[in-house]
This record gives sequence, structure tokens and C-alpha cells, in this order.
Amino acid sequence: MSVTVHEAQARYDCIVIGGGHNGLVCAATLARGGRSVLVLEAGAQVGGAALTREFAAGFRVSAGAHLLHLMPAELLRELKLESHGLEWAARGMPTTALVPGQPTLSLSGGAGGERLSPADEAAYAAYQARMQRFAAALVPVFSRVPPRLGTTGWADRLALLRTALQIRRLGRRDMRELLRIGGMNVYDLLEENFESPALKGALGLDAVLGANFGPRSPGTVLTLLYRLVAESAAGPSGLSQPRGGMGALCNALAMAAGAAGATIRTGVPVAQIRVDNDRACGVLLESGESIDAGSVISSADPKTTFLRLLGPRHLDAGFVRRVNHIRSRGLAAKLHLALNHAPPFSAVSEASLRGRLLMAPSLRHIENAYNHAKYGEYSAAPVMEITVPTMNDPALAPRGQHVLSAIVQYAPYALKEGWQSGRQRFMDVAIDTLEAAAPGLRACIIGAELLTPADIEQEFRISGGHWHHGELAFDQFLMVRPVPGAAQYRTPVGGLFLCGAGCHPGGGVMGIAGRNAAQAVLAGDVKSP
Amino acid sequence: MTEPLAPHFKQPLLKTPFHRRARALSQIDSFIPWAGYTTVDVFTTMEQEYFAIRNAATLYDLTPMVKYRVAGPDALPYLNRLVTRDIAKLKPDRVAYCVWCNDAGHLIDDGTVFHLGSGEYRLCTAERQIDWLLDSAIGFDVDISEVTEQIAALAVQGPTSCAVLKALGLHGVEALKPFEIGYYALGSDRLTVSRTGFTGDLGYELWMDPAAAETVWDALMTAGQSRGIRAIGSQALNVARIEAGFLLPNVDFVSAEHTIRTGRDRSPLELGLKWLVDFNKGHFTGRRALLAEAAQGARRRLVGLDIAGNKPAHNSLLYSDDSGRREIGSVTSAIWSPTCKRNIALAIVDAPYFQTGSTVWAEIYLNRELVWERRMSRAQIVERPFFAPERRRATPPSDF
Repeated sequence: MSVTVHEAQARYDCIVIGGGHNGLVCAATLARGGRSVLVLEAGAQVGGAALTREFAAGFRVSAGAHLLHLMPAELLRELKLESHGLEWAARGMPTTALVPGQPTLSLSGGAGGERLSPADEAAYAAYQARMQRFAAALVPVFSRVPPRLGTTGWADRLALLRTALQIRRLGRRDMRELLRIGGMNVYDLLEENFESPALKGALGLDAVLGANFGPRSPGTVLTLLYRLVAESAAGPSGLSQPRGGMGALCNALAMAAGAAGATIRTGVPVAQIRVDNDRACGVLLESGESIDAGSVISSADPKTTFLRLLGPRHLDAGFVRRVNHIRSRGLAAKLHLALNHAPPFSAVSEASLRGRLLMAPSLRHIENAYNHAKYGEYSAAPVMEITVPTMNDPALAPRGQHVLSAIVQYAPYALKEGWQSGRQRFMDVAIDTLEAAAPGLRACIIGAELLTPADIEQEFRISGGHWHHGELAFDQFLMVRPVPGAAQYRTPVGGLFLCGAGCHPGGGVMGIAGRNAAQAVLAGDVKSP
Repeated sequence: MTEPLAPHFKQPLLKTPFHRRARALSQIDSFIPWAGYTTVDVFTTMEQEYFAIRNAATLYDLTPMVKYRVAGPDALPYLNRLVTRDIAKLKPDRVAYCVWCNDAGHLIDDGTVFHLGSGEYRLCTAERQIDWLLDSAIGFDVDISEVTEQIAALAVQGPTSCAVLKALGLHGVEALKPFEIGYYALGSDRLTVSRTGFTGDLGYELWMDPAAAETVWDALMTAGQSRGIRAIGSQALNVARIEAGFLLPNVDFVSAEHTIRTGRDRSPLELGLKWLVDFNKGHFTGRRALLAEAAQGARRRLVGLDIAGNKPAHNSLLYSDDSGRREIGSVTSAIWSPTCKRNIALAIVDAPYFQTGSTVWAEIYLNRELVWERRMSRAQIVERPFFAPERRRATPPSDF
């Protein structure tokens, strides 16, 4: 990858801490707004957790998220990512539910396919249409800067009013239904609607993927709706796979930022955000180098930003208490397998293998998997979201060989036995689980890696190893994400902004937080002459 | 030494190390709970005890005052982030009166910080608040522990208090300046003495091991016999503290951590404690909110009132004129001041009526042999303190 390197400067309008997708979107937007921008990435390459890297000789994989489905199409267009090298290995990828020993179930393309009962088929079509309507109604509140509560500002009141109006415009029946299910758990919702355990399991998995929830946890309908809203906001392209993995997206973002004039430096961890007269005035690098800036925008998670880089002594005690209490312990692990052969999933068509495979045979199965995590153990029978990226992008592995990438749950951050010994044991459990659906898989494995939340914390510098920089839950959504007092991308310290997944609207490779944060900076700062 | 304790569910209030002495001197069995201890409200009569504060010497058991030990490498930056005053300026063996606020700049409590030297501090507070102190410690290398029960405390206050301490054998105590701390030996017991108090008069506070409590009490009573020494309860002290213009938590303000209704919490600016807020010392909790408030101007302020007549304006509502149509505040503490011979009060008054010299009207209710009468009394906003004798600051103090 080549990034335009500009002359080193001692002062910038804006310094963006972290070169993940949100940091890069923020930097590109700021640079396009005419600001001089410096991006400081601690890792050797840009991407943060959205990066492609080698995990076995000759095998490369998206180390974090492996599917792109949440980044708004308008953002991709606005930053002209396709002209900056972004190519698609696949778009509109199908989703298939795997049940070991049973035929698979296709969830894509409207109705559920021939294997659903007639009752489920009708219910699924109605359910999907209804959830899509709910999602569409909630898109505006999702994409914008969240309003503040308890203020007398007209902008805040108007935004709340607009949201209420959107929901009211669903009509009496839909509005009632949305308000009825909004606080429910996804287990009950799916039980109300469907018969097939496989269908319910697959639909339920999306509500708890990457979250500290089981399907029976309160608020899981909301997390499911949230995902649907994000997908609805992203546009009609569906599940996509950038050619070259997620890192290729970030390279394109870096090119876009560079083309707009931003400078990007990698391998430069920030030690401290400098404060002068209660205003962020630059950063101190771990190397000892000091760089001045008018504004500092951090894409690091809120705990890292406030407690480590800024330091509690620049903040009020109540605010620090709230930051300290952000729930941000990850439960999702990432499994990467290097295979000398395509994974031998039985009864999975090649078309399905090019898409997303869900291994969550029933809601009860997911709930049981989650039970372990509550007590600091990994799941004995984990649930997974699986992709085989080499099916669409053979260049990720040596010719004829394959990469399997899976999000595996549940793997609690604070494993009771410790990940030192737990990592290998959980990896074996995960591979055994896959083996059940793909007999002979183990024999194909020539390299393997399991990233536990502890590894994710270490490698990507995310406090708690949580993909979303903080649980996506009712008490950490919208105007309380990450905490009141920093939910509009501004922080209590003048000139310091947040732009990462810890902000509204949260994690996933989305970029909205980065864009909204840049707009907050552009609205408030003063451009240098 | 101490009596065997009854099971806590039968005797929920603790007894201070001075309890046996207090019990022996109590003539009217007037005890009240204070911070988990049983303490004396009145020993004999309130008036007798009050006049001892202003004319002789008094002993007041303040062991229940909540005490925290704050130590560790970050003790100073920690305290400076906690309270609104600049603790960096507090020299060893000195005491500072302080307030601390929540993020909104509203008062959590007031109290005193003792700099005991070598990075150790003691924080004396009205309320227990270990949760707030520990939350404030996130990110600081500091050790905080409650030491209320480990330290017995006795206030010796009044014009002859210095003479009493000298008679007790505390050589050089007369050299202690206000807010200074000195260390003394009394027989085999060690005494820490600070020239602090809650009376606005000449006075000292003695801090000691609970095991030494009764010995010290007895020695003081003996040494002070010819100086009119007398044990006092909380009622007499309350009159003295109002004359001195001091605030009492939960009377003149409610901790922001305890208020439920909006607008009931108070900022130091509203309480007339702007002199305790140092905006130039670096960040402290509530600084940004207080800066915004200072820029906007206070909406209300705690002020002193001088009220016509001699009937204390207990709990009175205040009005802009004698028609009683426009309510502009209320009284938080009121007494007839026996020393000033003035009818005084502390009150929260809305802008713009809180300016010194303004006239407001207090609605006073009088119960005359079970018949209530209502009176509108003219009141003037005056400076605090109401009573501030020279002797409270004089070093060395005279013996009287």
C-alpha cells in the first residue's frame, strides 16, 4: 500500500488518533473540509481492527470484521473509494443456516426457501417486511448526531420530536407493534413468529453477535433492530466482501484521506493527549515527539482515550466514574483457519459457501452457549458466523487453498482459567464444532489462529477487547453512548473529540461515527489561515 | 475502658470514647444521634452552655465528625482535583476549610483538610462519602481510609481556651496561629492540636487516641476549673456557629449527592464561598460548570439577614415587599443572637435581592400559647460573619 507522505509539520489543525476505518473517514472528511490533518496509527499499517493480515505463511484474512454491510453507500461514494482502489470480491452475499446432520436453510432472497413449513414461510415474509419498515423509520435517528436530553435547546427538542414523528408515521398498527417489541428479548419475539428451530437460531444469532447477551437477555430485540437499522442506512448492497479483505477498504480510505491532503503516519503510538489551559493542544508520542494541533480527535475507545491518553485529572470525577463503568468486555473470538482444501461442509452449495454461514442450530443452543460466559467459561458448544473469503477472493491464499474466518461465541474477556491455557482448548472446541458440520475439516487445517478478546485488546489496543468499543445496549445507545457529556462527539475538554466505535452509532465497519465527528469538529473549530 | 457493647440491633448508635464522662455530666438526658454516634444536645441549659463559649471555655465532643486518611504519592494531586481550593498552597501542619463539588459544580460537602506532613492528609467531613472519594481516586495512586473510630476529637473553644491548654501543660500552644497544627505530649499520651473550630471564637481542636480520651477530658476539666470550663452540647454550638456565619450541611445546604428535586443543590458561588474556589490551580471536579456559572451570574445566594424585632425567623419565607406577593427566598438558619443582640439568620435569596443592603421581608410565625400569629418583619441583607471578635485571630491570645 502506498500512502502520500507529506512534509512533516510541527502543527496541524487536526490530529486523528488511530487509523482504523472511523479515524480514516474522519481524517478524509476533515481534509476535504480544508483542515490540515495528521493521522497517527500505532500499528504498522492502517486499518485498526479492520485490517487484512497474514496469519499463516501465504494466508491472509480480515483480522476483525470479515463482512462489510454497514458502511453507508453515500459515504463510499462521497469519499470516491472505488476510484481509490476499492474493489469488490462479492456483494449481496447470501446467508445460510447450518445445522449439523440436517439440510441447510437459506435465509436470503426474501422467503426462506423450500424447506420452511408453509406457516413459517408466510410468517418469515411478513416478519422481514415489518422489521424492514421499522428499520427504515429509525434510520434518521441512527445516522445523525444524537440529541441531548434534558436541555432546552431547540435542535435537541426538534430531533427528539422528529424521531417521535417518524415512529408515529409508521401508522397505528406498526407503531404499536414497534413499541410492544422494542423492550422484548429476541427469544420471545422469534418464538411468537416461527416454528423452525434452525430459522429462529439463525435470526437470533444476529441479535447477539458481538454482544454480551444471550437471546433471552432483555433488550435483544433492540440490538437486532439496531443491526437492521444500520443495514438499512447502509443501502441495498447487502453483505459485501472487499477484494483483499477489510484492510483493502482501509487502504482505500487512507488513499482518499491522503488525496484530500491528510498526512498519515503508522507505527507511532500516542502516549498522551496534551492539555493546555483546559484545551487539548496536541499529542505526545511514545517516542517522545510532541505535535501541536488545534483539535485532537480520538478513534480509540472511550476508556483508552479518557483514562489512559487524557488522564482522569483533566476530567470531573463523576464523568470518570461513568467512563469507568462503560461495559466493554468482549465475548467474541475470531478463528482463522488455513486450509489446503475448500472446507468440506456437507450439504452446502458452492453459492452458499461464497456467503455467510451461521452456526446456531436453535435459540436454546445460543442461550446455553451464553450461560457458560456468564460464569467466566467459554462455551462448550459455541455459535459462529463463518465465511470462506477465498471462495470470492482466491488471492488471499496460495492457489487452490483456502481461508476460513469465523466469529466464535462466547469467549469471555475475563476467562476464569485465563486465556494462556484457555486459548488452545477453546480453539479445539471451536474446530470440533466446525468438524461436526464439515466432516474432515480438521485434516485440511495447515494453520490456525484464535484471537480471544484478550488478544484483540492487545493487538488492536481496544480496552476490554470489545469489537464495538463498548456494549451496544439500551443503556449505551444514542445520547448515552459512550456516556452523557461526550455523546455528541465533543468531550468535556475543549478541542478533544471522539470519533470511534465507542460513539453513536457504534461499532461494525460503518464509518458514521468518524463522519459525524468530523462534522462536529468542522462546525466548531477555526480553520488555520 | 469502654462498656461491653450491646448487640448492634439493640443499640444501633455507637458511643464515643467520651461517652461515660458526658453521661455523668448530663443533667437532662438530652442525647441526639450524630453520624452514627449518640451525642449530647444539651447538658444543662442551652443558654448556660452558649455563654460559656463566648465568656469562658468549653469542651465539645466532635469524635463523630467523619475523618478520612488520604495518603500516597498522588495525595496532593488527588485532593486538588477533589476540592475547589488550591491544596498545593497548604503547608505542612496547616488546615484549610474546603468544599467539594460534583460535575455540575454543586456542593457535595464541606470540611477541613489537614496537611499532616510527608504526603499525608486528613479530610474531615460532615457526611460519610467513601464512594465519592473512591470514585474520585480512579487514576490516582492514593490510599483512602476512614479513620473516624481511630481518632477521638474534642473541641476546646472560648476566650479562655488557650489559657486552659497552657494550664494543661501544652507548652507553646499560644504560638499556634489560626489553622495551624501542633503536636504535644500529655503524660504518656500524644495530642495533636489544631487551632480550628466551629464557634468563630478563640478555640482549638484536640485529636487523640481513643484510649487517651478520658484522661485528656479529666485533665482539661481540672486545668480549666478556674477558667469556667464546661461541657457543651450541639444546641449551644449551633447558636455560636450561626453568629460566626458558618454553614451546616443538611440545614443550610443539602449535599448534591442527596438532593432529589431539581434546583435544590447549591454551588459554592451560591453559598457565598467564591473565595474557596481557585480557577487558576488547574482542573478540579466541577470547574467547568462553575466557570460557566460565574460567567452567567448567580441566580441565588446564601446571605446573612438582620431582621427587625426579636423573634427568630425560623423557616421563614422571604418576600420582596410586605404585601407577601412575590416570594424571593427562604431562611435556612435563624436565631436571636445573645452576643450581638440582633435577630439574625442565614437565608437563600434570589437575584437581584441578595445584594448587601437590600431590604426583604420575612414572614414569621409566632406561637403564643397555642395561638399562631403571623408577622411580616423587615430584614436587611448584611455581611457575614455576624460576630467576629479579634481574639479569634490574636496570636498569642490573651488569657482573659
